Amino acid sequence: MTLSAGTDAVRQSLASFRQEREADWKAFEALLARVEKRAPRTLSEGELLSLPLLYRSALSSLSVARATSLDSALIAYLEALCLRGYFYLYGARRSLRTRIGDFFLHDWPAAIRDLWREIWTSVGLTVIGAIAGYWLVASDKRWYDAIIAPSLAGGRNPDSSAETLRSVLYGGGDHFLSGFAAYLFTHNTQVSILAFALGFAFAVPSVLIILMNGCMLGAIFQIYAAKGLGFELGGWLSIHGTTELFAIAIAGAAGMRIGTSIAFPGELTRMAAAARAGRVAATAMVGVTVMLLFAGLLEGIGRQTITSDVARYSIGGGMLALWFCYFYLFRMVRHGES
Amino acid sequence: MAKAKTVAKAKDPAGLVRPLVTPEGVDLRVKLADAGTRASGFLLDVVVIITAAVVISLVTIFGLSGLGFQDAQPLFIVWIIFIFFLRNVYFIAFEAGRRAATPGKRMVGTRVASRSGAGLTLDQVIARNLMREIEVFLPLSILAARGSAGVADTLTTIFGLVWALLFSLFPLFNRDRLRIGDLLAGTWVVEAPKLALAEDLSLRKDPIAARFQFSAAQLDAYGIAELQKLEEVLRRDDYSALKAVAETISRKIGAKVEPVNSKAFLTAYYGELRAHLERKLLLGNRKADKYAR
Repeated sequence: MTLSAGTDAVRQSLASFRQEREADWKAFEALLARVEKRAPRTLSEGELLSLPLLYRSALSSLSVARATSLDSALIAYLEALCLRGYFYLYGARRSLRTRIGDFFLHDWPAAIRDLWREIWTSVGLTVIGAIAGYWLVASDKRWYDAIIAPSLAGGRNPDSSAETLRSVLYGGGDHFLSGFAAYLFTHNTQVSILAFALGFAFAVPSVLIILMNGCMLGAIFQIYAAKGLGFELGGWLSIHGTTELFAIAIAGAAGMRIGTSIAFPGELTRMAAAARAGRVAATAMVGVTVMLLFAGLLEGIGRQTITSDVARYSIGGGMLALWFCYFYLFRMVRHGES
Repeated sequence: MAKAKTVAKAKDPAGLVRPLVTPEGVDLRVKLADAGTRASGFLLDVVVIITAAVVISLVTIFGLSGLGFQDAQPLFIVWIIFIFFLRNVYFIAFEAGRRAATPGKRMVGTRVASRSGAGLTLDQVIARNLMREIEVFLPLSILAARGSAGVADTLTTIFGLVWALLFSLFPLFNRDRLRIGDLLAGTWVVEAPKLALAEDLSLRKDPIAARFQFSAAQLDAYGIAELQKLEEVLRRDDYSALKAVAETISRKIGAKVEPVNSKAFLTAYYGELRAHLERKLLLGNRKADKYAR
């Protein structure tokens, strides 16, 4: 019967296809397993050069198998292998060091410059919030408890005496203070993450969080200013506050960018606009975390040890100037870029 | 056309396969991870994080008290920062790594990929993970804080739960199974299993199988869809399934098979049917299923 002769020939040729290529697939698989675990520099030169060749050979095997073979396990194996190879070879793999370097030299300031409009809106909202907070507490001091949670107030309230308030400003070496600084660091980071992450709801929550943050600032300021300690509080806050408030403003700006680009995507689709805004905003957010870390350090170390108002103001102002120079004046031109 | 569609549907019941054409021009057809897989991956990660937090906290507490370290304050700072980093950095560090997957994702065989098909960048990983804060940790921490303060009234509990449900079910309401974080970062989660190369079933040598002979008419009874089901059954190697399938096939093609010989018969029929269909394939006829010609 001709039938069995025909099928036997097909069986033979497909079996030999697999036998001939199998060694290459296995070699590619082993090599991939190695480079996924360790850095590519552990490979020898020959192995490194063979990686793309083996990838292409696996891809061509996949094409042949799809067209001629009906062994679905074989096709599934080749698809998984090629996908792993594709992700590895086209993953634009840069070492962690260059990624971090790029971030500080280029990506971070660029993201901040890109967000300038939102950042100024956010700073403006903080100021408006602060004025509102000041005015509310000035008109009725019961507003203070509504604006500032008692756990954050740390015993400061409108009824505190000037001495108590002053002792917070100039009291050195409080025992639990560094713990409190760490708590504030995580608290502020979470406020920033919220201001960023809630932005997708058309930026409304971000605006509210930034306004609220300004309100708290204004409320604290009022109770100090009422006792004639406004200038001193300014120094106490500014030593780390310039960095911290700027960071929170940037976080709010990042959230607003996402919200506005979802609301007004322009020529892109809503999804694509959101994705693009999300990436700029995320870069800015990592910067925010770094800034908050700086603020936490300044707060933990500097605030209680440096008690001169002038020094406090100059450190705060200096930090702000530093951030401005870094974001807006410092431009690194990378090679191959105009 | 209608038939092609039903075939595609049979291969991809949940509609989760997406084209991914490599620069070499081959479509790799990535399969998106379904909601169940993603949930189990995330839960595994949560278990890992909680275990690490508990173990490290216990070790530091006992280690330091053993050293006679009474001042708890520096410990407290380190602990706060550690918990914060564990939660926020765990996902980012692992997904920015070479395999683009957390241990939980690795265990269920998935990874994060860029929707555009280009390489996954660090800012994408960061964006998708920061959004997790509001999707999961925000409602939970609100509930925990309210609960510990004893002020968790029904309304806040319901609000927290509805919020958490809304976000955790979000992937079910869009075609690409995107979380809010994926949506903003331009990523998705695809299946990237590590498969071992299975044996070629048609090379199986079976002395009893050699006794079975099939005519062209008997091999024309089935198509590719049935062949692949048969392959599944043979690889699973479950006695009662083999027997049932052997009965069905022998009835359809009119062959006589003893129940003890089911596996040998199916092996023989699989080999012959596959060779028959592959021969047709080479001649330009992809017989999709038993209804096709």
